Amino acid sequence: MFGWLTQTAALAALNLRSLPRRPGAAAVAMSGIAALTGVFAGVLSMASGFEKTMEGSGQEDVALVLRSGSTAELNSRFSSEQADVIRYAPGIVRDAAGEPRVSSELFWIVNAVGKSSGTEANVALRGIQPAGYALRKGYRLAEGREFTPGRFELIAGRGARNQFAGLEPGQMIRFGKTEWLVTGVFEAGGSVFESELWCDVNVLQSAYQLGSGFQVVRAQVDGAAGRARLEEALDGDQRLAVDVWSEEQFYSEQAEDTTALIRVIGIPISVLMAIGAIFATLNAMYASIAARARELATLRALGFGSLPAALATLLESVALALLGGVLGCAIAWLALNGFQASTLASSFSQVVFNFAVTPDLLAQGVTAALVVGLVGGVFPAVRAAMAPVTVALREL
Amino acid sequence: MNRFTLIWRNLWRKPIRTVFTMLAVLVVFFLFTVLEGLRIALSLSDVGIEAQERLLTSHKVSLIMMLPAAYQSRIARLPGVAAVSHGTWFGGRYQDNPEFAQYPVVAEEYLALNPEIKLSSAQRQAWLANRGGAIVGRPVASQYGWEVGDRVPLRSSIWTRNNGSNVWEFDIEGIFDDTDAGMNAGVVLFHYDYFDEARAFGKGTVGWYVSKGDGSMPIENLMASIDAEFENSPAETKTNTEAAFAQEYAQQFGNIGLIVTLILSAVVFMILLVTGHTMAQSVRERIHEMGVLKTLGFTSGSIFRLTVLEGLLLILPVGILAMALGRAALAFVSGAMGAMFPAGLHVGTQSVVLGLALMLAVSLGSVLPPVIRALKLDIVALLRTA
Amino acid sequence: MATQLIQLTGVSKNYRKGRETVRVLDGISLGIDKGDFVGLMGPSGSGKTTLLNLLGGLDKPTEGLVEVDGRVISALSPGALAKWRSSNIGFIFQFYNLLPVLTAARNVALPLLLTSLPASRRKQHVNTALQLVGLTERASHYPRELSGGQEQRVAIARAIVSDPPILLCDEPTGDLDRSTADEIMDLLQRLNRDYGKTIVMVTHDPRAASFAHRVLHLDKGELGAPPEETPGAPGGTSP
Ligand SMILES: Nc1ncnc2c1ncn2[C@@H]1O[C@H](COP(=O)(O)OP(=O)(O)O)[C@@H](O)[C@H]1O
Ligand SMILES: [Mg+2]
Repeated sequence: MFGWLTQTAALAALNLRSLPRRPGAAAVAMSGIAALTGVFAGVLSMASGFEKTMEGSGQEDVALVLRSGSTAELNSRFSSEQADVIRYAPGIVRDAAGEPRVSSELFWIVNAVGKSSGTEANVALRGIQPAGYALRKGYRLAEGREFTPGRFELIAGRGARNQFAGLEPGQMIRFGKTEWLVTGVFEAGGSVFESELWCDVNVLQSAYQLGSGFQVVRAQVDGAAGRARLEEALDGDQRLAVDVWSEEQFYSEQAEDTTALIRVIGIPISVLMAIGAIFATLNAMYASIAARARELATLRALGFGSLPAALATLLESVALALLGGVLGCAIAWLALNGFQASTLASSFSQVVFNFAVTPDLLAQGVTAALVVGLVGGVFPAVRAAMAPVTVALREL
Repeated sequence: MNRFTLIWRNLWRKPIRTVFTMLAVLVVFFLFTVLEGLRIALSLSDVGIEAQERLLTSHKVSLIMMLPAAYQSRIARLPGVAAVSHGTWFGGRYQDNPEFAQYPVVAEEYLALNPEIKLSSAQRQAWLANRGGAIVGRPVASQYGWEVGDRVPLRSSIWTRNNGSNVWEFDIEGIFDDTDAGMNAGVVLFHYDYFDEARAFGKGTVGWYVSKGDGSMPIENLMASIDAEFENSPAETKTNTEAAFAQEYAQQFGNIGLIVTLILSAVVFMILLVTGHTMAQSVRERIHEMGVLKTLGFTSGSIFRLTVLEGLLLILPVGILAMALGRAALAFVSGAMGAMFPAGLHVGTQSVVLGLALMLAVSLGSVLPPVIRALKLDIVALLRTA
Repeated sequence: MATQLIQLTGVSKNYRKGRETVRVLDGISLGIDKGDFVGLMGPSGSGKTTLLNLLGGLDKPTEGLVEVDGRVISALSPGALAKWRSSNIGFIFQFYNLLPVLTAARNVALPLLLTSLPASRRKQHVNTALQLVGLTERASHYPRELSGGQEQRVAIARAIVSDPPILLCDEPTGDLDRSTADEIMDLLQRLNRDYGKTIVMVTHDPRAASFAHRVLHLDKGELGAPPEETPGAPGGTSP
């Protein structure tokens, strides 16, 4: 008699070869698990895509100065005098000409019409200063030209252009009482800025009677040490009541609420789906054993052990789960990876992001599938091992 | 022994299979109900009757821009306007919980315009008498454990007080119910006078106006006439019904709704597959027995009915139980997260009907094809099957 | 001829096999009296089961008439035929054909579902039938818990529970050992003798056939006299 390992291998090979002869049960187990994996990967890819966009937006060596207590650019506000004080504060990197690399900005919300929904959505219209371009990693003009300072002109982030109507270069678009000319489309390394429209900050001030003030000052600093120096200087200044943020930290905090919501909803649902998939697999595996009861009993009568019979059954279930898991991941990847979506973020404006079906997620999805396969296979495996040979041979 | 015994015994032909199928159905219709509840809540489509009638006027450029307080008297003077009041987004959160709705309002005006807010007259008097007082919707009060007489701090992400602090404290003077279970259900209301005096900037502005027509003109005309009043002024306005406004806002979360729908479809796909296959399998197993029943004098029609009833019996009771459990779960979640889902999580008749239709589709869709195929065969052929 | 319970006149049955038509029964005429016990023998594939199916209204002849008790059953609609079958015919098969999900008593009760009898009367009928086949104490057993002979007796109880005048048996002892087969044949004989059941029984077993009043032979679709003792030794032919 040969060892149980060889026996298991022989039985498993026999099982797998007979799969095409009972396609129904196999397909059911596989599709159930594929649906589970697909949903799992789909939900999490949305969360991870959103997170990636938000976290990719901030840079460690850019400091964000906001009014004290404000957790969003939208809620911050200070005068132009205050902005000037910040501009020349220590810790800020200066360019060759000795000018600080600072952009004092306004973060405004306008209404644009979503291309797929056909309804109005809040889009960020950001007024920047010339240094603003260089403060964004990966900034690149993709089409057209940049806006001319002093004119009612704007450039659209690539994500905004894709999601909202009327943002093609050369088009005029009306926000409130002002008509703007779209002069170009820009990229910014897939960050949240690609969801925005950019214009000259002074033009924005006059377009909507916003006075001469700003909402946020962005400054290039010399790493964490530079930021600390800036913070110290501003804290000690009687004319100011501001917070200094690392841009990186600012955007990862902005992502938290939304990703938490997606996960709070998504994970329990995936778990429940997994339980459903386990029942489906159990059914399919019991059916598979019932269909082969005679064959199994005959093999047992020939001297195959019960452990190999159990292991082979378990292997079959795991193999089906693996196939289903890979199928589900493949579908999620093909259908969703890079799928562009937008949602209202905590900045009160639309953030355009791409679903990211990462290798990490795929691995998690397949792992979940394997767990389902194992749990769904273990009871049937026991049953296969326990079935008395004589009864199985007599039945049917 | 009667026909039901026959159906019942057939249902439990393979008990393990039946139990697992039922459990899968249970999980799946539970999920279906919960996801429907979430989808409806996220779409804010269920805002109550009052919200269909009330108008909301905001800044034309964007919701975050403030309107002058002086607009109130101009709206009030327009023909067709019965009453007008205002609200402002406070943007506060309690401790580390997510931001929820609080508005500074002019108490008597606002309550008159929002009759669905039910507040006892004692609490109403107490609130009117306390400048720093607030009233709160019951779902929020129960989530955070607030009671009348408590003093609660809210940290605003927008409004700074004159002393530079973002933390505002309010005395809870009343807890109200929203009979519409609409947009007011989970709001904290406090006095605008107190707020306007204490805020460091933005004095003399409000977030939006709420108004109601007197019925003398169609609501569309009224909306147009309000917006016309402020045309070419520094702050132009956009007026809509509260209900439409809520839905536009919900639309902005668009893709999350899409994902919920996607999950729903995957779930439904899974039900169809699992139960459908299992049930069809179970019907195919007894084609020979159908032949036997026919030799005993059973007609095709009665065998058909027995089999279809069995299919329904497998799905419907468990499915209905699952939907009931799903509704209980939704009620539990809305109780525990009153601030996030103040109007509660519900599934309406439409979802229930959809769920029942799905159950019927699954059981009939899987039983009918094999049974019809089997009954098309004559007895001799049925008996010749192994 | 009008006194005969079962009357076949010029009955033929064709089956289509692809493009070919196979003639399984060829112009059979046959009368069976009330209370008769007829054995039907013949080689495999000679059409015995087909003939039985025609008698029981499970199948319709291609040509000819099947009359039972003066009614042309080959002309009845499927619904009417089912109703007729439930009160006139009891079937007994080689492999018993009990429903595995029902106990013996419930298998027996099955045909009564088609009647309007009250529950108490049904119970009474079932008990009587089980008593008759001697299986009262096995009433609550499932088929898989019974031996072959017991299963066949349950099947017989089911066939007689609604008291049909005719029993059609297709190799009822084909799956049983000799002594069990004898018990079953005793039972059938009793049903014929004491209860006046008209029985038509297909069998391969000469012992079983000896219980019949008369034996018919079917060969190549035609009824004939019993063949003489088969001449020639097996293996006598050489290529
Ligand atoms: N439904 C059918 N379709 C085609 N051929 C059939 C059918 N039923 C019976 N036959 C053929 O008719 C012949 C007689 O069958 P049957 O009456 O079962 O024979 P027996 O019972 O004498 O062994 C066989 O050759 C069989 O293959
Ligand atoms: Mg035969």
